[in-house]
Amino acid sequence: MNDQPTVPPQGGEPAAPAAPRPPWEEKPVPPAAQDARAHTQVRELEQALPGIVVEATEFAGQVTVLLPLARLAEAWRAAKDTLGYRYLVDLTAVDWKEREGGRFDVVYWLHRHADERRLRLKVRVAEGAEVPSATAVWKVANWMEREVYDMFGVHFAGHPNLERILTWEGFNGHPLRKDFPVEGIDTGAAIYPDVFPPGGGPRGGGEGEA
Amino acid sequence: MSEPRDLHVFSDSEEMEISFGPQHPATHGVLRVMVRVDGEKITYAKPVIGYLHRGTEKLFERETYNGCIPHTDRMDYTAAATNNQGLVGAVETMMGVTVPPRAAYIRMILAELQRIASHIIWLGTHALDIGAQSPFFYTFEEREKILDLYEEYCGARLTLNCMRVGGLPYDLPEGWVGRCRAFIDQFPGKLADWETLLTGNRIWKLRTIGVGVISAADAVEWGLTGPPLRGSGLKWDIRKVFPYDRYNEVEFDIPTGKNGDTYDRYLVRMEEMRQSVRILRQCLDRLPDGPVMAKVPKVIKPPAGELYFSVEGPKGELGYYVVADGSDKPYRLHVRPACFINLQALPELVRGHLIADMIAVIGTLDIVLGEIDR
Repeated sequence: MNDQPTVPPQGGEPAAPAAPRPPWEEKPVPPAAQDARAHTQVRELEQALPGIVVEATEFAGQVTVLLPLARLAEAWRAAKDTLGYRYLVDLTAVDWKEREGGRFDVVYWLHRHADERRLRLKVRVAEGAEVPSATAVWKVANWMEREVYDMFGVHFAGHPNLERILTWEGFNGHPLRKDFPVEGIDTGAAIYPDVFPPGGGPRGGGEGEA
Repeated sequence: MSEPRDLHVFSDSEEMEISFGPQHPATHGVLRVMVRVDGEKITYAKPVIGYLHRGTEKLFERETYNGCIPHTDRMDYTAAATNNQGLVGAVETMMGVTVPPRAAYIRMILAELQRIASHIIWLGTHALDIGAQSPFFYTFEEREKILDLYEEYCGARLTLNCMRVGGLPYDLPEGWVGRCRAFIDQFPGKLADWETLLTGNRIWKLRTIGVGVISAADAVEWGLTGPPLRGSGLKWDIRKVFPYDRYNEVEFDIPTGKNGDTYDRYLVRMEEMRQSVRILRQCLDRLPDGPVMAKVPKVIKPPAGELYFSVEGPKGELGYYVVADGSDKPYRLHVRPACFINLQALPELVRGHLIADMIAVIGTLDIVLGEIDR
């Protein structure tokens, strides 16, 4: 690299207090997460639905609000109709396998065109619990929820057509769960149980008639 | 909207079911659409996807952050540079890295060339699908020139892997700026040639005007982004709303349509290519000197936290949701694929149209199955 600072000749003047170095030469300082209960977007939501905010954090300018699962549907309605978050940017889940109080985070990322602000809603969902479907509020949620169901096995109550989307019907497992092996599973197992008995690994050599 | 699970159950005996794809050239990859038709009219269409699913998001979880970048190349393989840009942008924001100005400008150059290259593929294949064969040959000649520029920069033509957290792996080779300038100097002329073939063409207009109409409000409801959203008249572009790299320093317009039909989306993309040339020209003129890599640690370890970062890809909003746990690998890295979301509106766009119009609508949504299935 040719951008090395030049070394002053030995015995010369002690280097003057250096001009501030450009930020890309400094050690990066990561943004810190902070409590965001006082943030305008959180206050708006709290005002519309008192007592709904369980926890609010801000990280790198993005606000995350943790909600109780029971009040999630209410929160969408208020967010869309009262607060103007008309665009559901993204809906996904995160698997925290070992966590107490709900294995999955289901995450909604909303956008408001009026002031171009975004808000993240999050709920904790225990394995086997049902999340209400957002398809009645945002049409775009349909495939996103199907993907979360397919990849994590989270069920959405009231979804018009909750079937697998990226893997096939009959696929045995939910690939983005942390306990699903990266190497994959014997995918024949669920479809041809007589040829591939449960518990058997992938087999070579085309045995079986399927 | 009710979605029949079993398409074989018909209410009306005149209706017929057709499986369109997944090996049909007009589906732009392995897209399968189950269509129910009444005569030639589509009463119901259901896209079936997943044929190209490679578990990219699962693979991310066992790669280092820089190791994820080549995987992003393979999502929307016609727009690898913008895919890279989104991921490195996300990690940099999480770590508080400032990218040197030269690197930011080169990134914009690579991204805008990519936008043009991606729109070129869209134009060539879209026109070919509808029945205009000659634009395909003219357009791909231009794309070849862009791929040559990429090859000279990073050695690859499609799967570029051309960005790193903190900047770029290489500086531009000698003479590259001049060759890029030569390309963008002649490109608007070519664009005008293509427009003479299509814009006023009566057949082209008959096949595209009033086909696949969606209003701006519906487009937001369906989460459409990119040209399908702007074609409906909403002036909304991530490059303006949440400027990344140095997009706040360049001037460009956001073209919009009025009617939200296939023709308007065509006009929007054509104008976007012109605007990309405009951005490219400004970037090349102002390209600063200096390093192309910030001083980042050898091992990229963002702090624990979550961040969503999106870029305006050629297809729409491409977002990366990074959940970090403080280690050198992402705990979860989710991609918001623009094509996946845009394709979801297909049944809405084709209802009541003819089967031949569905080809036009699939073309105008500009989908890449690599990104849809991931």
